[in-house]
Amino acid sequence: MLNEKSVLVTGASRGIGRAIALYFARNGAKVAVNYSGSEAKANEVVNEIKENGGTAFAIKADISSSEDVTNMVKTVVEEFGSLDVLVNNAGITRDNLLMRMKEEDWDAVINTNLKGVFLTTKAVTRQMMKQRKGRIINIASIVGVSGNAGQANYVAAKAGVIGLTKTAAKELSSRGITVNAIAPGFIETDMTGKLEEGIKSEMLRSIPLARFGQPDDIASAAAFLASDASSYITGQTLHVDGGMVM
Amino acid sequence: MADVLDRVSKIVVDRLGVDASEVKPEASFKEDLGADSLDVVELVMELEDEFELEISDEDAEKIATVGDVVNYINSKQ
Repeated sequence: MLNEKSVLVTGASRGIGRAIALYFARNGAKVAVNYSGSEAKANEVVNEIKENGGTAFAIKADISSSEDVTNMVKTVVEEFGSLDVLVNNAGITRDNLLMRMKEEDWDAVINTNLKGVFLTTKAVTRQMMKQRKGRIINIASIVGVSGNAGQANYVAAKAGVIGLTKTAAKELSSRGITVNAIAPGFIETDMTGKLEEGIKSEMLRSIPLARFGQPDDIASAAAFLASDASSYITGQTLHVDGGMVM
Repeated sequence: MADVLDRVSKIVVDRLGVDASEVKPEASFKEDLGADSLDVVELVMELEDEFELEISDEDAEKIATVGDVVNYINSKQ
């Protein structure tokens, strides 16, 4: 499905990003596994891909730094000879009620989750415009659509990503580049693993499909958006949330 | 000078699909050669590759005509 496509996945050492990197590699893609802090985890992902006969390498970059991002994209293009797909997945949380949220927690989340997507998109666009072809997939969040108490910074960033997705889609469509977002609902990762059972069962009641999603639910949706099968889709936000928000 | 104009002209003809005779120094990319904003961004990218230089966003915004490009490149070489 993704044979020989060269892909950069940000924040690919853990959780959803890790699942996307592994899933894409299983489907034939060459994968650049970006990480910021967890080098060992990123190397595990690379090793797993290589053990299964795939192509991958790990690359460190703080996506909120334009210098890091420019160097990362340059390295990926040098390594793979092209850059067909960018998956903007890296993200952080600094949850708190609005009244208690510190300015630095607001800035940190906006810088990584929103500005980071702007910087990586800008950096890959040059290469994709030359190729007259490219796919950009932004991992937003269902709370960017619905809002969520305690996550003003995260929600603002994710809603921003959805707006950025639509604008980039309009600007780049004439050059064969599609830009779409995925809005995951509750996906079982380290993040949701920490929640109390009471809160979990409460959440389950709001999900029509009555189960939490798995990282591979997001990975398979991303693979579809990266594949030639989705060439007529751009500027969209695909909800992968068990029907939570319709 | 002629060499730079020739090289610029070739890129403009390729990119914008115009006739070489239209690519005169006074020709405006947007008004005369049918380029949109994104075309100009792409032209700047190709010029950077062709002449192995980096054109800052500030300088790129000042480029309106074929002559602007030729003068800019000559000033950098």
